Amino acid sequence: MKLFSRFPRLCATLVVIALLLPTIASAIDALPFKDRAEEQRFQNLARQLRCLVCQNESLADSSADLAKDLREEVFEQMRQGKSDDEIKHYLTDRYSDFVLYNPPLKGSTILLWFAPLLILMIGAAIVFRIVRRRGAAPRTPPPAASSEDDW
Amino acid sequence: MNSRFYPLIGFALVAALLAFGISYMRTNSMNEVPSPLIGKAAPAFDLPLLNDPAKRLSNADLSGRPYLLNVFASWCFACRDEHPVLMAEGKALGIPIIGFNYKDEAADANRWLDQFGDPYSVVIADREGRVAIDFGVYGAPESFLVDAKGIIRYKRIGAITPEIIAFELKPRLAAMKGEGP
Repeated sequence: MKLFSRFPRLCATLVVIALLLPTIASAIDALPFKDRAEEQRFQNLARQLRCLVCQNESLADSSADLAKDLREEVFEQMRQGKSDDEIKHYLTDRYSDFVLYNPPLKGSTILLWFAPLLILMIGAAIVFRIVRRRGAAPRTPPPAASSEDDW
Repeated sequence: MNSRFYPLIGFALVAALLAFGISYMRTNSMNEVPSPLIGKAAPAFDLPLLNDPAKRLSNADLSGRPYLLNVFASWCFACRDEHPVLMAEGKALGIPIIGFNYKDEAADANRWLDQFGDPYSVVIADREGRVAIDFGVYGAPESFLVDAKGIIRYKRIGAITPEIIAFELKPRLAAMKGEGP
């Protein structure tokens, strides 16, 4: 507690900030979840959905007014017994695939999904060719270790 | 070719990709949420009028003629830029402009219209924003051009400008006139 005695005001401020953090971090309104499982399902779903207003935030994190409305809509539809897919469908019908963080696999997104694999395969082919060429080349004796030509 | 140049070629390719990305982003806004509703029937609505909540307006009342649905609110800054354009050029469009007052207080909206003028044939109020969700509205201003059959033909995200009227709305209205009622 030497630190506290030396900087009492700083430490007190830090404690207050630490106490406030949980309230800042969560934008979730108090929805009347009936149990923990329902809340987890809701959070899981809301994290997969994009807030349309502040587009780098998920529906779970955003404090935008529309995000709040959409959270309530998602919650109500959950209560009506709709499946996650049905709720997502409801949203993409209105806001397009943009609302999903995970883009669906279809014609226009094939490149998006498979380009990394394609690039990996091209890279592997190049490496394979280089390695094979080196293997085929006559083995030259390693150059004598000189102090100046190390690299 | 000398293999010494391979890294340079690789760098040039990456640079070209980045340049393409930047120029593409300039012309195609990535922030605009594309509307899946274009070419589809406008969602059903039945909302109270702003100045007389006892009366209501629904799709059925509007069928048979094209209209422009303009989402606005008194809290919306960009709507103030858009408003004079609607005041000056709205009538010349020759179709009713339906004001869609989005998540607003009736008193604020009425004061706003008193202050800046009312370019609308009629104003409906969506206090809760439920109908707006059906329309895929995620901000204001937004506008929907709906044809006589109730099909959404065009959506403008953001303020309507004289350029939008000249190059987007008028050509579509002319085409719609050609189709007949």
